[in-house]
Amino acid sequence: MATETHDAGHSAAEAGHAAAESAVGMPQLDVTTFPNQIFWLVVALVVIYLILSRVALPRIGGILADRAGTITNDIAAAEDLKAKAQQAEEAYNQALADARAEAQQLIAATRAEIQADLDDAIAKADAEISAKAAESEMAIADIRAGALDAVREVAAATAVDIVAAMGGKAEDTAVADAVADRMKG
Amino acid sequence: MATEEHVKDAGLSFHPMDQFLVKPLFGEGDVHWYTVTNVTFWLALAILAIIGILVLTTSKRSIVPSHGQSIAELAYGFVYKMIEDVTGKDGIKYFPYIMTLFMFIVTANFLGLIPGSFTTTSHIAVTAVLGFGVFIAVTVLGFVLNGTKFLGLFWPTSAPLALRPVLAVIELISYFVRPVSHSVRLAGNVMAGHAVLKVFAGFAQVTAVAPIAVLGVMAVYGIEVLVSFIQAYVFTILTCVYLKDALHPAH
Repeated sequence: MATETHDAGHSAAEAGHAAAESAVGMPQLDVTTFPNQIFWLVVALVVIYLILSRVALPRIGGILADRAGTITNDIAAAEDLKAKAQQAEEAYNQALADARAEAQQLIAATRAEIQADLDDAIAKADAEISAKAAESEMAIADIRAGALDAVREVAAATAVDIVAAMGGKAEDTAVADAVADRMKG
Repeated sequence: MATEEHVKDAGLSFHPMDQFLVKPLFGEGDVHWYTVTNVTFWLALAILAIIGILVLTTSKRSIVPSHGQSIAELAYGFVYKMIEDVTGKDGIKYFPYIMTLFMFIVTANFLGLIPGSFTTTSHIAVTAVLGFGVFIAVTVLGFVLNGTKFLGLFWPTSAPLALRPVLAVIELISYFVRPVSHSVRLAGNVMAGHAVLKVFAGFAQVTAVAPIAVLGVMAVYGIEVLVSFIQAYVFTILTCVYLKDALHPAH
């Protein structure tokens, strides 16, 4: 290997500074650097431990706990709101049903009222109609009576005229009796 | 730099291990235990990255998280749930320690993927401290919490009596191999990936195979991204498993 041949010459020349120049074998096995690495590693680990245990971990734990608390609270609040919404819906349905029932009652009452008015009006109209009918019958009876008298008069007059036209001479009363006789028969 | 000189010298040279060198950050010289080295620099960057991921993003503490805060919460939830699933509720009090391990390994691994960076977790010294730290902590914890009952871990009562001594030896060996495998697995995976990246990059110097080498670099880099996370995950979940043994030795 190029590395080995090179290192062989190189390390022979400056064996003491080998570590600073180029790697001889594995630098991991260079025991002279161990105390340095171990010392600084321990320092670093202690610093990291202090940072984590004093600052970072309590803070992150706190954040996570806060979040869990917030989520739990939010879920509880959401459930409250849901219950409220359900109550509101029930109240709304109740109000709707009430309103509907009231409307039905109103309709029934109005209908009954109108029916009563209608019945009244019909009864009144019936009474008026029957009154008018009776009046008319009376008038017809009068007219009928008047018409008979008129017929009798006309018949007597016509009979007198006819007798006169035939050249005869007749007593008015006789003619009238005769006409009355005929009309009866 | 050293690498460029070698290229001029030899035409084609590979220095896949140069990236793992521990060097003083300022000037030259020996590496003492207190020297500020590139190890120090990249460990500091890892700390800053962790602050950036977990502290800065969560500064608003918003109920509806921003992108950054989501990542922080995701990391928190990921490790928290892992501990809860593997060790049970009583493992939760070790959460900060395990989170420290996970965040350190995952940030160090990903920082190591920056071209030209130094990967702290590729060093056996670093991962051995982590692995043996977990091993010693878990063993001490097991004895403190359970007393001598912790030794029941090596005495499987569900097995036939004749087999128990054999199994005890096997259990004992496997128990003491744990920290070694725990640390070598992490360092080995990270180091091998980075070394392979460098080897492919070295081949890219040759015009004939350069396209293939560049494609290889891309492919290996993609795999390394996965490895970075998976190794951090594996290390953490094994820590949880060992912790479970300490908390509930009767299995």
